[in-house]
Amino acid sequence: MKIEDVVCTFCGCLCDDLVVEVENNRVCSVENGCTLANEKFMRDHRLKNPIRRDGNGWKAVSYDEAIRETAEILLDADRPLLYGWSGTHGEAQSVGVHLAELIGGVIDNTSTVCHGPSIMAIQEVGHPGCTLGQVKNRADVIVYWGANPIDAHPRHMSRYTTYADGFFIENAFRDRKVIVADVRQTESSAIADEFLKIDRGGDYAALSALRAIVRGKGDLIPSRVAGVTREQLFRVAEICMKAKFGAIFFGLGLTMSPGKYKNIRNAIELTQELNRHTKFTISPMRGHWNVYGSNEVFTWITGYPYAIDFARGIAFYNPGETTSVDILMRGECDACLVVASDPGAHFPRACAEHLARIPTVQIDPHVNATTHLATLQIPVAVTGIDAEGTAYRMDGVPIRARKLFTGSYPNDQEILEKIFARVKEAKRS
Amino acid sequence: MTDLLVKNAYVIDPLSGIRGEIMDIAIRDGKIVEDTGSGAPVIDAGGCLTFPGGIDSHSHVCGTKVNFGRYMSPEDMRAGRTARKGVMRVTSGYSVPTTFGNSYRYSTMGYTTVLEGAMAPLEARHTHEEFTATPHQDMLANTLFDGNWAIMEAVRDKDVKRAAAIVAWTLDAVKGFAIKLTNPGGTEAWGWGKDVHSVRDEVPYFGVTPAEIIETMIRANELLNLPHSVHIHCNNLGVPGNYQTTLDTIDLAPDLNRNRQSLYLTHVQFHSYGGSTWRDISSKSEDIARAVNSRPQVAIDMGQIMFGRTTTMTADGPMEWKLYMLHHNKWSNHDVELETGSGIIPVYYGRKSLVNCVMWAIGLELALLINDPWQCMLATDNPNGAPFVKYPEIIALLMSSRYRDIERSAIDPRTEHYVPLFAIDRELDWYDIAVMTRAAQAKALGIERIGKGHLAEGAEADIAIYPLKPDELDPAADYQQVMAGFAKTRYTIKRGRVVARNGEVVVEGANSTIWSRADVPPEYDLNRDAEFVKKFEQYYTVRMRNYPVQDIYLPRGYFISTEASL
Ligand code: SF4
Ligand SMILES: [Zn+2]
Repeated sequence: MKIEDVVCTFCGCLCDDLVVEVENNRVCSVENGCTLANEKFMRDHRLKNPIRRDGNGWKAVSYDEAIRETAEILLDADRPLLYGWSGTHGEAQSVGVHLAELIGGVIDNTSTVCHGPSIMAIQEVGHPGCTLGQVKNRADVIVYWGANPIDAHPRHMSRYTTYADGFFIENAFRDRKVIVADVRQTESSAIADEFLKIDRGGDYAALSALRAIVRGKGDLIPSRVAGVTREQLFRVAEICMKAKFGAIFFGLGLTMSPGKYKNIRNAIELTQELNRHTKFTISPMRGHWNVYGSNEVFTWITGYPYAIDFARGIAFYNPGETTSVDILMRGECDACLVVASDPGAHFPRACAEHLARIPTVQIDPHVNATTHLATLQIPVAVTGIDAEGTAYRMDGVPIRARKLFTGSYPNDQEILEKIFARVKEAKRS
Repeated sequence: MTDLLVKNAYVIDPLSGIRGEIMDIAIRDGKIVEDTGSGAPVIDAGGCLTFPGGIDSHSHVCGTKVNFGRYMSPEDMRAGRTARKGVMRVTSGYSVPTTFGNSYRYSTMGYTTVLEGAMAPLEARHTHEEFTATPHQDMLANTLFDGNWAIMEAVRDKDVKRAAAIVAWTLDAVKGFAIKLTNPGGTEAWGWGKDVHSVRDEVPYFGVTPAEIIETMIRANELLNLPHSVHIHCNNLGVPGNYQTTLDTIDLAPDLNRNRQSLYLTHVQFHSYGGSTWRDISSKSEDIARAVNSRPQVAIDMGQIMFGRTTTMTADGPMEWKLYMLHHNKWSNHDVELETGSGIIPVYYGRKSLVNCVMWAIGLELALLINDPWQCMLATDNPNGAPFVKYPEIIALLMSSRYRDIERSAIDPRTEHYVPLFAIDRELDWYDIAVMTRAAQAKALGIERIGKGHLAEGAEADIAIYPLKPDELDPAADYQQVMAGFAKTRYTIKRGRVVARNGEVVVEGANSTIWSRADVPPEYDLNRDAEFVKKFEQYYTVRMRNYPVQDIYLPRGYFISTEASL
């Protein structure tokens, strides 16, 4: 059976034009997707059933047992952490928040190790952005800063920017200028009209220089800033100011390099400055397909996009204190529920070691690095393959991921609701 | 069968012509009935003021930009947090509370129905997700068409019927309630960093004017026989001298509907400014009120501002940019492809700012100078003018000229030279307030037909009982009590069930979402229109099949069905 307009639940581009062929509850071909999508749909090797650590090995357990044990672990914990969420649908995330509230725990999503600093910058100066279609239809200047879309978001350029023809841009390739700023050459920089090769740690200075030029203070600029020549900085500023519609996209190369949230703040303020001359927008290249959804869901329920601590009964937010990495580093956390992410692969070593010391339950379809730290793993359906639900694209557009067939696995939401019900029941008695 | 009997209620129910009578209200299965069975549980209202449940006809509580207002404002989240308690979940936020925060606070004020003022169709799914998490109010969504490309093309082709077909298709797809025009044409111009500055300005590329968009949409709306009229946020919001644009807009409204207005103008305070700069801004409330008084085909809401901190958020992207240039505080913007825009900035309205004092006066003047309360609804464009928790203070100001005089001594003394407020001695009464906070909204939105905003037999049993005894109170003198009374009901009853009592929410709640579905003849069904489909697939970044909001997002959806006259 061929299914059209399938949503790819891999990266923040959330492409919704895939054509997928399904036979015997298995995806057998994918059209329109990038290599990452093919990987996601075609190489879906799942854990067969819940497993519990047993000495040096694993023992199969039933779903009921696994759910009961998870509830007990959470009830028993003084400082539980519910982490992950970027790889599941909004309905499951929502149950997660209510669970965290119920047990007075901390809930955090993967922004903590990716665009957390971007969020902090936005909380200081705001965020002039737009939906991706606005860029596709209008933008004649595109800037990628600290981002390599060809690698991490392979269809970003063809669907939304560089190669995407739009209403006011009939021939994207000819009518659009592409600027790439990065500390190294990448596949993306290779196709740029201007490549700003910035010294490591020099993003903040380069952004400040551009701001100064746009402000009309160009005479302050020395002959080189962070490895970029004065001439090139002027040229780039000029391209931006002359744009009819410009769009900046930034990635972890800017967010996670020295300066962190200050870099993002500077980039946003450059965008605001450019708006005095023309139309300009800026957007983070969100990585996981529904990390932005976790920010949205957490926000409408708690008021904050990530790192929320319910220990005092109210929702308390203080990145640096209530963020997962910090809680684990301080050795504070005494039980962890990991949902739809892989902290074992992405957290600092000391955090991973702490996770291995405490009861860690992972709800995830696949064996990953976190499996090796976990006490218990509960496999589930994959949203976008055998489960459906809401996802928020990197620009905030909500799309419903399709279910391509009905498989035998329960989905995240069902598992979490059962855990929630057990915890609630235990709290009542 | 669940019965409930409310005894000894001092009822004001304007749509039923009840202007203050002690009576009993019988409820069965969520509806008002003639009589309950014997043994029904009884609530003794003890002669307290009893209204139909409150209806907010223009508020921003759910959806992409509201949530971004929270996302970017941890300082606002901190400013209003409550712990989990009984059935109440944790809440955060003062001017942009979390969904549960909004829901509980409205509920304890006696509000049972709220219309979200601006939903971008492309992001409708988000609004509906938040509606579900706003459990105590029935929700409706104004749907933005101000910069809709297909609509502007229909306007350019002078094809009202096509415009109607686009509206019908969109409302059905996104489960929207009514047509909203926010700065018509201006949000598209903002796609290029520009704006339109009068109803006769041309929208770049599309070559249509705001006036043409407004006129076409009013007619399209009536062709579809939608319950509500076109709901407009005029061009030039917040610009000194903009009252002329507002008068021009009012002039565009024909009288096409016997049951309600043909054009609803929202937050008119922000559109009633004289002068030409921030230095000489003055009140033009008298001109606006005169226009409204002579035209039954328009209705407005106040858009009152109240002093203090709040967050402004609107689909009017260029306006937020102007505000940012003034305040230099943080600024967010979010354009939505082919449809509309939006912006957010936090603001502080100060008693020491002459401009803010003039704005404050204008809102009150509109309510006091418009003769017929059915034409002027109480709202703050929550949270733009003030968070809705300020409504009780506004009611007190409208009911007491003494209170207004006390406020006069606390604001910039120059204010009186720019505004007529202090020369107006009208004081509104309980009936006027009942009209301005529920009955007029029900009529204006066209939802009295589904039992909203009144207590006649068969109506929804949405009831607010306030701890106020009209026989023992003089609102002109006892304005403090009026304020306290409207802030916390003794009982809020939603669909026959007590949901809040003395400021506390007592059940989890299960709301409905109300939307409009106009049936059009097959030749107007855009799903079969090759041209429409082609453009959709070409220019949107979401496939047409993935665009409509699935039924699962409206667990208790309810649509008002109409037959289009096409
Ligand atoms: S770009 Fe991202 S969303 Fe699109 S197909 Fe590739 S992995 Fe999937
Ligand atoms: Zn509004």
